[in-house]
Amino acid sequence: MFDLEDFRADTRAWLEENCPASMREPAREDADRCWGGRNPQFKSEDQRLWMERMAERGWTAPEWPTEYGGGGLSKEQAKILREEMARIHARSPLDSFGIWMIGPALLKYGSEALKQQHLPPIVRGEIRWCQGYSEPGAGSDLAGLQTRAIDHGDHYIVNGQKIWTSYANKADWCFCLVRTDPDAKKQLGISLVLFDMATPGVETRPIKLISGASPFCETFLTDVRVEKSQLVGEENKGWTYAKYLLTHEREMISGMGRTASGDKALWELVADATGMDADGRLDDPMLRTDVARWDLDAMAFALTSERINAEAKAGQGVGAASAMLKYYGTELNKRRYELAIAAEGADAMVWEGQAHKGGALPRAWLRTKANSIEGGTTEVQLNIISKNILGLG
Amino acid sequence: MVNLVLDDDARMLKDSAERFMADKLPVKELRRVRDTEDADGFSRDAWAEMAAMGFAGALIPEEFGGAGMGHVAMGLVMEAAGRNLSPSPLFATAVLGVSAVALAGSEAQKADILPRVAEGKLLLALAVDEFRRHRPTQVDTEATPEGDGYTLRGAKLNVADGHVADRIVVSAKTPDGAVGLFLVDSGATGLEVERTVMVDSRNAAILRFEGTPAVALGDVGAGAGALAQVLDIGAAHLSAELLGLSLEAFERTVAYINERKQFGVIIGTFQSLQHRAAHLFAEIELVKSAVLAALSALDEGAERTPLLVSLAKAKAAQVADLATNEGIQMHGGVGMTDEYDIGLYMKRARPAAQMLGDERFHTDRFATLRGY
Repeated sequence: MFDLEDFRADTRAWLEENCPASMREPAREDADRCWGGRNPQFKSEDQRLWMERMAERGWTAPEWPTEYGGGGLSKEQAKILREEMARIHARSPLDSFGIWMIGPALLKYGSEALKQQHLPPIVRGEIRWCQGYSEPGAGSDLAGLQTRAIDHGDHYIVNGQKIWTSYANKADWCFCLVRTDPDAKKQLGISLVLFDMATPGVETRPIKLISGASPFCETFLTDVRVEKSQLVGEENKGWTYAKYLLTHEREMISGMGRTASGDKALWELVADATGMDADGRLDDPMLRTDVARWDLDAMAFALTSERINAEAKAGQGVGAASAMLKYYGTELNKRRYELAIAAEGADAMVWEGQAHKGGALPRAWLRTKANSIEGGTTEVQLNIISKNILGLG
Repeated sequence: MVNLVLDDDARMLKDSAERFMADKLPVKELRRVRDTEDADGFSRDAWAEMAAMGFAGALIPEEFGGAGMGHVAMGLVMEAAGRNLSPSPLFATAVLGVSAVALAGSEAQKADILPRVAEGKLLLALAVDEFRRHRPTQVDTEATPEGDGYTLRGAKLNVADGHVADRIVVSAKTPDGAVGLFLVDSGATGLEVERTVMVDSRNAAILRFEGTPAVALGDVGAGAGALAQVLDIGAAHLSAELLGLSLEAFERTVAYINERKQFGVIIGTFQSLQHRAAHLFAEIELVKSAVLAALSALDEGAERTPLLVSLAKAKAAQVADLATNEGIQMHGGVGMTDEYDIGLYMKRARPAAQMLGDERFHTDRFATLRGY
């Protein structure tokens, strides 16, 4: 216990000294988030400093082992670090599919050589990763993917098309599901491979969304050479690794149901928009009821995330909980934005112009519609709960 | 931060409470008291056993003969009772009555009442509501000083176990307009007790006070504050009961659709039912967290307790409504029969949800406590 209290004191002091003041405010737009990479785009010098200082301690990936550049923190220490960062409203120093997704999969299933090669640059924010999973014909039916990898001895030649590849046009490397055995049952012929996005034959095209932004790409793979050394785990076992990775993705997305530290509560946003009546209530009784029902669910959901994490640490609880959290968290986030635009009324319908921050709210509202599609649709999560937890069908 | 994980002791208690309720007070016991029109509405033998198990005195401090187990522990007993629709004085006596006496009573009153409750020899009730919907601030019952004590005039309704309680704690208004708590003996003159058999076959009563002698429960001036705490405690434990009830209704329904065949297949293979069941599973997970947070907050005396209690009651009431409606719908025709238990779950869910404030009452209170 004393050790942990010492750790908290040291962490607090270090953060006070090293977290720049401008990094202690919530990220307001995409550019406020730091993604690193070979060609990093820093909005400010503070943003670069904050990432580099945290990376140097391995605190961009606090729980990864130090031999791969991670922070080597215990779960308890990592929790303290999160709490201390939240206390000063510190921004995430580095957003990274490397840290959230492929890193944990490599730690669990990757060879020593792959860990040595890929993990340290992820921690340092030097390599930005993208996820080559979905295909035009393989969305919810992900295991039906057709991108083909043909064995050429020491390498594969890959042909096919991926879609909904987040930030593929900005990524340096890709972790990609490919079919290595077309004759096996569909889940059993899939492998997980890694390749550099600069490899000849890799082409990306951004997809414009209803929000006006283009966070996703189509990725075309034409005779792309992938070294066998970049195969994760065993050939044809990729579905197992893919599911593990998806669990991490679901947990990440379910976090959307929780209000980020430093963000205004929904009711405060609504209060700014509608004002309060003489009794100190939101000045629209129907909206107040809707906000309250959402608020109840959001608080109960936050407690549930906390409880499930605590139970997992204590070795209790059910598996497949991430499906439940993903389902509920994303539906909550959609409801949150529906209420936010309802409160803002006509102002929330303005799409362009400085006065309304370039339509930030309606664009964010539309973006949330993808929450219950990406990372496994709401319907897929409900299928997982039915089958894996309830034992139905 | 409230504790959200049960420790080993709590899990053992949960097991033994669930075993006890399933063995001694299962749904068929509720059917028995209903069908035999039992005058008490519960088994006094079973209550004696519950006292021996420490359930009657779970919230009574050890110095007054109780087990002092706290709210998380008592919540587990309430949850087990909810699963089995167990009829007993657990809620009216061991939760409401005990909390009122422990929080408001004088040392002499506590020493007189609590040890006998822990032994299972004294039953209590709390008389608060005067209006058909829960409005604890609407108190027209008057307490007029007379001699060493008071006389009460007015009426209370929906008093759980009001027809069997030996002592009744009554909220009433003193001449200066303040609300205090008063203790009435069941045999007092001018007290008329009308048993009202409820939709759940449980006990409630209408009490009419016509110059009924009463004594102040502790300091009259402190009564309103104590009552607010007692109502929070009651709402939290009703939430725990609703959680158990929802879980059981849900599990029975999932088991039913996993064996019922139509069109030559198990109906649980239909996605329309699977998705509704999965949604209900998620909602019940939220109730578990909210209930545990409210009970932990009560144990810790956390500042956020009223907020977390309203969160728990609103969410538990809402989800019990969903669980029992889905339960009957997914059972189909047999769900409408008296023979199947699922309907009894709906019939208990409503009065438990309504008592001490329904989903709307607690959602409104939650919003107010949040500052909007």
